[in-house]
Amino acid sequence: MSAIAPTTILAILPEILLLVLGILVLIVDPFWKKDESRRAGLGWLTAGGLLVIFAASIFLARPGSEPQPVLGGMLRHDWLAFAFKIFFLFAAAVTVLFFVDTEQLNRHAESYLLLLAATLGMCLMASAADLVMLFLAIETTSIPLYILAGFLTQDEKSAESGFKYMLFGAMTSAVLLYGLSLAYGFSGKTDLLELSASFASFSPLALGTIFLILVGLAFKVSLFPFHFWAPDVYEGAPTPVTGFLSTASKAAGFAVLMRLFTTAFPAISKNWTWILAILATLTMTVGNLIALAQLKDEGNIKRLLAYSSIAHAGYAMIGVVAFSEMGIASAVFYLIAYLLTNLAAFGIVIALSRVVGSDSIAAYKGLSRRNPTLALMMLVAFLSLSGMPPFGGFVAKVFVFTAAIEKGWIWLAVVGVLNSIIGLYYYLTVLKYIYLYRMEGENEELHPVPLTRPYALALAVLTIGVIMTGVIVAPWVRLAMNAASGLF
Amino acid sequence: MHFPILSIIVFIPLVAGLLILLYKPDQKKAIRVTALTAAALALLLSIIVYIAYDKSVGGYQFLEQYKWMPFLGISLKFGVDGMSVPLILLTGIVMLTGVMISWGIEDRPREFFAFLFILATGVFGVFSSLDLFMLFFFYEIAVFPMYLLIVIWGWIKTREYAAMKLTLYLFIGSVVSLVGALVMYWASGLHTFDMLLLEHAHFTPEFQKLWFPFVFLGFAVLGGIFPFHNWSPDGHVAAPTAVSMFHAGVLMKLGAFAALRVGIMLLPEGAKFHMKWIIFLALVNIVYGAFIAMVQTDFKYVIGFSSVSHMGLVMMGFATLTPEGLTGAGVQMFSHGVMTALFFAAVGMVYDRAHTREISELGGMIKFLPLVAIGFIIASLVSMGMPGFSGFVAEFPIYMGLWKTRWLIAVIAAISIVVTAAYILLVVHRVFFGYMPTKFEGHIGPINNLDKMALVLWCVIMIGLGLFPSLMVPWVQTGVQHVLALLGGA
Repeated sequence: MSAIAPTTILAILPEILLLVLGILVLIVDPFWKKDESRRAGLGWLTAGGLLVIFAASIFLARPGSEPQPVLGGMLRHDWLAFAFKIFFLFAAAVTVLFFVDTEQLNRHAESYLLLLAATLGMCLMASAADLVMLFLAIETTSIPLYILAGFLTQDEKSAESGFKYMLFGAMTSAVLLYGLSLAYGFSGKTDLLELSASFASFSPLALGTIFLILVGLAFKVSLFPFHFWAPDVYEGAPTPVTGFLSTASKAAGFAVLMRLFTTAFPAISKNWTWILAILATLTMTVGNLIALAQLKDEGNIKRLLAYSSIAHAGYAMIGVVAFSEMGIASAVFYLIAYLLTNLAAFGIVIALSRVVGSDSIAAYKGLSRRNPTLALMMLVAFLSLSGMPPFGGFVAKVFVFTAAIEKGWIWLAVVGVLNSIIGLYYYLTVLKYIYLYRMEGENEELHPVPLTRPYALALAVLTIGVIMTGVIVAPWVRLAMNAASGLF
Repeated sequence: MHFPILSIIVFIPLVAGLLILLYKPDQKKAIRVTALTAAALALLLSIIVYIAYDKSVGGYQFLEQYKWMPFLGISLKFGVDGMSVPLILLTGIVMLTGVMISWGIEDRPREFFAFLFILATGVFGVFSSLDLFMLFFFYEIAVFPMYLLIVIWGWIKTREYAAMKLTLYLFIGSVVSLVGALVMYWASGLHTFDMLLLEHAHFTPEFQKLWFPFVFLGFAVLGGIFPFHNWSPDGHVAAPTAVSMFHAGVLMKLGAFAALRVGIMLLPEGAKFHMKWIIFLALVNIVYGAFIAMVQTDFKYVIGFSSVSHMGLVMMGFATLTPEGLTGAGVQMFSHGVMTALFFAAVGMVYDRAHTREISELGGMIKFLPLVAIGFIIASLVSMGMPGFSGFVAEFPIYMGLWKTRWLIAVIAAISIVVTAAYILLVVHRVFFGYMPTKFEGHIGPINNLDKMALVLWCVIMIGLGLFPSLMVPWVQTGVQHVLALLGGA
């Protein structure tokens, strides 16, 4: 048995540390079980651990300028992987903070452990460079998330959510696996780089293979028409899990999609970019229009955000369609900005529903008087989602459209622009509930919405992040550009 | 490296706005004082910029540049020319007077001033940005606080409808322009959003003809151009007083200014080609706006539609593409800004006391609000284009330029002068003179000192500029020369 080189260890440092942290949580759990006051400690321990891993990854696991194959080419250690990994770690840390004060989630070490396992899977997804590894990584991510979605066993909706997610997930995994096996059948290779030789020229079968793979990944990122699971799952799942599903899990799907399509199928990109363009158009339009419909009868805010997050997958996809260094970079940047913003939006939903016990849009009436700070954070998050400066969402959208126009996708940019108008309408309408409408027959001053410490911390960090991605743009863009340049 | 005065002007309101958010909601006094101080400081600095701008040299001055996103050639680049300097000054004036007028806001003043100041940062930013991307950046910052300001503090009957309508119109306009701007970015091949470089990008005439309408009209929506003017009277009326002032006084200039800077200056060939029909849109604005204003029964709607009419004159001045027309348009932007700020302030003062804006129900206000009446009458004279007031200095050159190019349109547009005189005098007569309904007896309190100071300030500016056009015209002329140079000859 040969010794593993130190560079390899550094390359998979986040994964190793995640595993260690998971084991640590398991070990500590039985000792803290008796002590009710220590339950929160488990959350803080996990969050702190993730923070340490986050910092360690930034300082130690930084890739070189050249992509480095790891473990015999199973993984690739490059900037794309690095960029996504640190944001997965960040998202996981924030989500853990959201767990801490959520009833039932914080009672069990299992919830933290499952989250860590899913994060581990995502990190592998971001760097997998081999078909087998890819599939394993996707399953490692998905299975813990199925359980988390159905974690509230007493709650029918949550159980339905978990079950539905698993059924859809298993089905699309099968389709994906079929596509991957076809790809293997063509080439006899599982390494993505070597695969590209077999996809050098167009053939109907190649396109069919790509399509099957696309179905599997489209499910992960909830592209139309593979989005049907998302609203039900998002609504039923415990809200912190929903936040994680709609951001990190989606970004992980994009990471795989970008790496796979740019590494294995670049030669016939003309044959599949138009498919993605159509999917992006439909995804944006359908997502936004149905989100709009949620406003009727003061629907459920989680459903609204679910459809809006479907639409956002469409915007990010515009960058992939452009299929250029700038296009991929813009998609990565979009995902970063979106991850911060959407986590913030869900964080606010969690914080509020914990106090009022409702996820209805009507519950947001008078929020600006009940807790002005929380209302401001919601303002920031929603304006960023609608693509207004000086928040991350604006730069991200413009960046994506810029990339699309460079490659002549003017119509796609126009579709995106028109969609952002629909988006603006419903985001502003929600803000109207917060700032304009009053609680019926109540004095808001008597119904404050206090923020507990973990929420305040997480939301503050996220809000600052949303503003930072919109104001001090250069470092984030550099990261995204680095990530993209490794692929071309 | 000189003193970065422009970026300080741009960011003073933002910093003040954030500072205000740090106060507790009930520290209303402190919030107001902070707002007033910041606004006064911004005005002071904008006066300094105005005076220090060297007319004999012309061109862009007070240049500042900071890297922002070098990968895409975006930098935070500020600089002003003869066209934007008066507008910076105008924003300073409206901001300070807006705070003075809003002193009495009791419902969440903290958020009100914070949003208003974020808006002001956006406005200052657009007027001084020389980078196309940053121009959009600030443009959008100027748009979204509007929604909140109208929806929260607006007139209860129409605020939700008007605020959403306004925001969607403006957002649609700006994103249409944005697509045009991004296409320009790639077509130029320069990999920069720096407008000073893009001015010399030499886009092909076909390209310019294709994209000019998108870019120009997209911005002109905010300038209230027909047939996209519909949001503006509704928005004006629904907005609280200070926001109406900002909105009609400054924001509409934002649209006109951006249409000039991005549309006409970057795509001059397109401008020459398309102005033939844009001139008709402007004509409709002027005449139709005036007629619609005449039939309004709501005091504030009269002023709202008069803005549509007067902004049509600005567009008309642009559309002539002559030195006279452009100069007139430049002065008109300033003059109309001050005038309309006064109008809306006066409407607000009357409404706050009478609780109605129906013209037929008002009357005799001069007895209790003499200063408001005098101010309103002076603004009316400005709006009619009387010699001796700033309106004349602005409108006369526009008609001159128009006469030179298309005399028939000038004649038709001149109808609006008569109509304007008719409706505005009618309003003056009905609201301020005549018999005061008995129900108002004893209910009309005097205005406070800050209101008085604001009124006096506006009147002094309008009369001063009317008597001494050289206080502003030379500034605008240097800006116009640059525009004409880009248009080639003339």
